[in-house]
Amino acid sequence: MKVIDPHLHMVSRTTDDYLALALGGIHTVAEPAFWPGFDRSGVASFHDYFRQLTVTEPARAARFGVRHFCWIGMNAKEAENLELAREVLAIIPQYLDRPTALGIGEVGLNKNSRNEITVFEEQVELAARRKELLLIHTPHLEDKLKGTRIIIDILKNEPRIPPERVLIDHAEEHTIGEIKESGFWFGMTLYPDSKGSPARAIDALEQFGPDRLCINSSADWSVSDPLATLKCANEMRRRGHREGLADRVLYQNPKEFLSQCPKFTPA
Amino acid sequence: MKGVKPNMTQAEILDLYFLENRARLLEVASFLDRLDRGAEEMAGGEKEYRHAAFISAVELLLYPGGARTKAIQLNFSDLSSEPVASALGLKATGAWGGGREGH
Repeated sequence: MKVIDPHLHMVSRTTDDYLALALGGIHTVAEPAFWPGFDRSGVASFHDYFRQLTVTEPARAARFGVRHFCWIGMNAKEAENLELAREVLAIIPQYLDRPTALGIGEVGLNKNSRNEITVFEEQVELAARRKELLLIHTPHLEDKLKGTRIIIDILKNEPRIPPERVLIDHAEEHTIGEIKESGFWFGMTLYPDSKGSPARAIDALEQFGPDRLCINSSADWSVSDPLATLKCANEMRRRGHREGLADRVLYQNPKEFLSQCPKFTPA
Repeated sequence: MKGVKPNMTQAEILDLYFLENRARLLEVASFLDRLDRGAEEMAGGEKEYRHAAFISAVELLLYPGGARTKAIQLNFSDLSSEPVASALGLKATGAWGGGREGH
């Protein structure tokens, strides 16, 4: 089967993982800009990181026949430092112009603070001005519901952002309904300790349906699994779902969402 | 919302998932027993906020109606709507501490 993983942090993975992706049929990935596990000391670090996302990773992926795209943005965790965040925002447009950059992401909220909201609103304004796709990070754990609601309110107040051009990620059972009702795409992340399992993702699929659903591994430097999407497909087979449904959720849906950026061409 | 009909009977679901969920249930029971063996840290037998939230979540497991997962997610969530003044020093713990320091 063919799979697109629309949220995967390959800068944190070994080259072996690219081989595993290719062998498993995951021939297209999209990598959002995110927090590296520590706060960066200055804007120069972001220049290096965005160059890694737009130059180094596509080349590393290509050796294995994997097509690598990316999202550029200021993550919520480091957005608490407003001065640094604004320096980073100033350099984002030059990287959005790169041939494999699909839009602004992953941006959103982490602890739902005022500075995080300010930086998110400024990136929403940038997306509206440039007509960019948006990939939204929602907070973890106990902060997710509140943060998701704040994010939805901000996006609904921006008429230049059509909801079908926004994917709100890391959705779970208590946030999916509100995201879908507002017309956005929603992402479910398969992350062993803190997000969802393949079984829970397919439970949600059975309850909410496949429309506007993208499933991702969000594999990064923490306990995570770059082949999680394949395990999700296997979970669907165990339950007797037809193969076409797995194709729709794991290939056609991310293709449909990402293809709204003309730079996206899946393998 | 249009869902996708599961293709399995209850018996088939039990065949596929009973053993792994039996094991998970025993892990939870063992975790609660471990907590009971741990030294009491709060005066008057009051439970620390994560412990209390966990117990109330376990109680939600017994509610019928097919919405237990959402109910447990809400049980652990911050249901307020006001942004916090600053994120400095804050981290997610998995249960809302009601604005406790560092949470």
